[in-house]
Amino acid sequence: MSDESARDAGFDDWLDAAETGDAYYLECPAGHTSLPPRRLCPTCGAAELDERPLPEMGEIETFTVTHVPTPAFEDDAPYATAIADFGPIRVTGQVVDLDPDAVDTGLPVELDVTSSETTGERVIGFKTV
Amino acid sequence: MTGVRVAGTGLTPFGNAPERTSRDLFAEASSAAFADSGVPREDVEAVLYGNFMGELAEHQGHQGPLMAEAAGVQAPATRYESACASSGMAVRDAVMRVRNGEHDVVLVGGAERMTNLGTAGATEALAIAADELWEVRAGMTFPGAYALMAKAYFDEFGGGREDLAHVAVKNHENALPNEKAQYQKSIEVAEALDAPTVSSPLSLYDACPLSDGASALVLTSEAYAEAHDIDAPVAITGTGQGGDRMALHDREFLARSPAAREAGEAAYADAGIGAGDVDVAEVHDCFTIAEVLALEALDLEPVGEGITAARDGRTTADSDTPINLSGGLKAKGHPVGATGASQIAEVVKLLAGTHPNSEHVADATTGVAHNAGGTVASATVHVLEVAE
Ligand SMILES: [Zn+2]
Repeated sequence: MSDESARDAGFDDWLDAAETGDAYYLECPAGHTSLPPRRLCPTCGAAELDERPLPEMGEIETFTVTHVPTPAFEDDAPYATAIADFGPIRVTGQVVDLDPDAVDTGLPVELDVTSSETTGERVIGFKTV
Repeated sequence: MTGVRVAGTGLTPFGNAPERTSRDLFAEASSAAFADSGVPREDVEAVLYGNFMGELAEHQGHQGPLMAEAAGVQAPATRYESACASSGMAVRDAVMRVRNGEHDVVLVGGAERMTNLGTAGATEALAIAADELWEVRAGMTFPGAYALMAKAYFDEFGGGREDLAHVAVKNHENALPNEKAQYQKSIEVAEALDAPTVSSPLSLYDACPLSDGASALVLTSEAYAEAHDIDAPVAITGTGQGGDRMALHDREFLARSPAAREAGEAAYADAGIGAGDVDVAEVHDCFTIAEVLALEALDLEPVGEGITAARDGRTTADSDTPINLSGGLKAKGHPVGATGASQIAEVVKLLAGTHPNSEHVADATTGVAHNAGGTVASATVHVLEVAE
């Protein structure tokens, strides 16, 4: 494990932004999108990456309810992990406000940074709209 | 460019051996490979070794020289880490080194010690094949990632848990005569469907087990095999590698494996064959859905139809193109760093007529081995052909 007091620059900044409703994605001049931390577009290598606001609403594209977690989510299981499509970018997160059995594809969601019941660490979450 | 022959193969039993060090496992596998090959250890010019989680399982880095030593070989050694495709990558590099004349004889293989970590520890270790920041910290496990793909597949193409159960049943059936397999036990579809959920829609019987084990191959140039009268009837005639974005959510399709397609197309072209020439294949079925995705990526099944292949008998032992006659990762076991080279070993024996399941592919001349890392951000495919 790394030093837990050290932030992950770029990633933790993104979580900070998401907590205040200011989540973003990166876009290069050719329109390729990505998530930070990035210096270069992963698709074309362009160095000019603009921060653009993440659309408020996403939609669950696929999901799973995990019963056998890693130790970092021992007390959280079972929990639903989903990939939500926000249009220009997809994000992986945990569905936080629904019984895992009620989660379904097509559900509209918003980002909601939550925390692990096991470690207290911040976790990218989705709440249904 | 010289041809590459497989002079010898060696495997440990795959299974539950938490007390065995990876150096001990690799010593056993490499000894078996040397004994099988008739090649003297002193002729080895390089050791290429695949391993994924040695830092976590054994607190051991810098494993190349350690494993050369364990194998009783004095030659420069390199460790390859590409998650579950680690030894597939090692084999690919070994093939290229022999082809370009750099070496005449190489020892290549891999090992993994996993069960000493326990289920939670091994789940954590396997998860590091995914994007730590954007996937693992959201609670995505390795089974969870394949579950996300399985759910996406069902939604896009249809099929369901029962179809996947047929993949597990088939691979368990294939493992019955394989003495190195972790499970030599048949299972029923109903039993698989009743198994506890790991990560929905995948249950325990959709997942390969945690395994300890090692694999080794002695590869030689064609010229060396001829000059030393080495019995090496199978050649590696094609090698290919594919890559993709690390995180599943960054891929264009959630229910396809373009990296495996890229590797397969390259390997087929390299060998001068097409998918229709493949008589038998070992594919990377870390989860039942992974076998389905691999069949489609390798053009052994049309996209969207691989899900019914096991159920409808198109991949069973008595079919035209049996898949995972070893039992696959599902039943043979998946000591991750050993898997890629072990698949090559199985195909060699199937083609040479020395495998307990060779009777099912008596006339086979062409086999394929597909090895995948993570959610297939890395893949290798090798083509093997009977050369004499
Ligand atoms: Zn770009």
